[in-house]
Amino acid sequence: MAALKRKGRQTKWGHKHLLGLRELSREEITYILDTAEGFEQISTRSVKKAPPLRGKVVVNLFFEDSTRTRNSFALAANRLSADIIEFTKKSSSVSKGETLLDTARNLEAMGIDIVVIRHEAGGVPKFLSRNIKACVVNAGDGYCEHPTQGLLDVYTIRKIKGSLDGLKIGIVGDIAHSRVARSDMWAMTKLGAEVILVGPPTLMPGEVGRLPVQVSYSLDEVIEQVDVINMLRIQFERLGGNPFPSIREYSHYFGLTVERMKKAKSDILVMHPGPINRGLEMESEVADGSNSVILEQVTNGLAVRMAVLFLVNQAAAMKV
Amino acid sequence: MAVVLDAGQIDRILGELTAQIIGASERGVEIAAIGIRSRGEVLAQRLSGRLSEALKRDVPCGTLDITLYRDDLNSPQGHAQPQVRTTDIGFDIDDKIIILVDDVLYTGRSTRAALDALIDLGRPRAIRLAVLVDRAGREFPIQADFAGYKTDAGPGKLVQVNLVESDGKDEVVID
Repeated sequence: MAALKRKGRQTKWGHKHLLGLRELSREEITYILDTAEGFEQISTRSVKKAPPLRGKVVVNLFFEDSTRTRNSFALAANRLSADIIEFTKKSSSVSKGETLLDTARNLEAMGIDIVVIRHEAGGVPKFLSRNIKACVVNAGDGYCEHPTQGLLDVYTIRKIKGSLDGLKIGIVGDIAHSRVARSDMWAMTKLGAEVILVGPPTLMPGEVGRLPVQVSYSLDEVIEQVDVINMLRIQFERLGGNPFPSIREYSHYFGLTVERMKKAKSDILVMHPGPINRGLEMESEVADGSNSVILEQVTNGLAVRMAVLFLVNQAAAMKV
Repeated sequence: MAVVLDAGQIDRILGELTAQIIGASERGVEIAAIGIRSRGEVLAQRLSGRLSEALKRDVPCGTLDITLYRDDLNSPQGHAQPQVRTTDIGFDIDDKIIILVDDVLYTGRSTRAALDALIDLGRPRAIRLAVLVDRAGREFPIQADFAGYKTDAGPGKLVQVNLVESDGKDEVVID
């Protein structure tokens, strides 16, 4: 009986950093999602704040532009009663030539506890986690991972469908330049879903043959089969060369149109990590339609980020 | 290991607690039971059932998760990690008398956390504390309004409440 009481209090999360979903187990991902459920109600009650990170300092260290993710992390930290420092590349000493490590160490000298970092180079969060004492949460690194986006995507799917086991999920668009696609793919496959990457061959990553996914070059074939479709944004800022002949042609073959939606399952979930290029990867009627869960993704992102901040801090306390 | 309360005794205590709660309640003020996860949740459900029956009106029941309000979250925890679960209170607590229910009152720390958690949900008319076991060893100035079995089991002891819904049988053991 004593064992039973202790069972509920075993270590289920031991990481003081969240660097990516690739290295996490199904159980660890499930534990984050279960924890996030407990945070959802904070946003709906009369006092939208709880005290678990009181006295802690979170730094939003963003070397790339972001509205959604940065605000979501800031609000998550605020709701957990942490103090938050906003750091952007443009208004900082980085523009005076300070190195990443110097920036981080200076922030650390002020007594910060958690660094939320976004950087255009893959591997930066990992590098940082090895060199500073604070917890590091990856908010997007290069084309590698965007773990909290992956988590909020699977959280949204699980909440509506109950489980990801056996679901077919299409991820459509610029896979090669998408850290969202990578984090999604790791989380979704670990939770038992089948993932089909869809896009023109020029936007498929070189390593695609080694990934646990199927690949299709035809959205028309895939749309009929899938339970969930995640439409990625065409990232004009990252595209080099001419990956597709014209925007119109891309939209014709890979855009989610009202016409294409007619072929989809009636209960298909339409997702998008935002910001949407309306009329390009998705028609407005679809983005605002009844199958769209795009705004639910944003709401759920807050609960997931609260859970992540809470858990990394808990793991850090454990290892003192 | 000694069984200090069996199923029959637990049942009788719940009956007494119900009578005490009704005896102390003001006319015309709504009562609701809110249990602290996880054994308090089960006890609150039983008490709200008994109260509804005795008062011939619905006494709503909710569940409170106090993990986010614990005072040991940032102290070294070894490997014992409290897990955040959902708070599930489907009614407005404003202006009601809230019967806060827990299995064991010991240091008073869980109760303190529960009071803070409740206040973030609204402004009840009053909060009263009902516990199955009142164990000596308070570290905070908190006392139960309605207490069942009293024990002065020493600090090295484990007081374990088992309930049919969560553990398969009703009993309280001191180990």
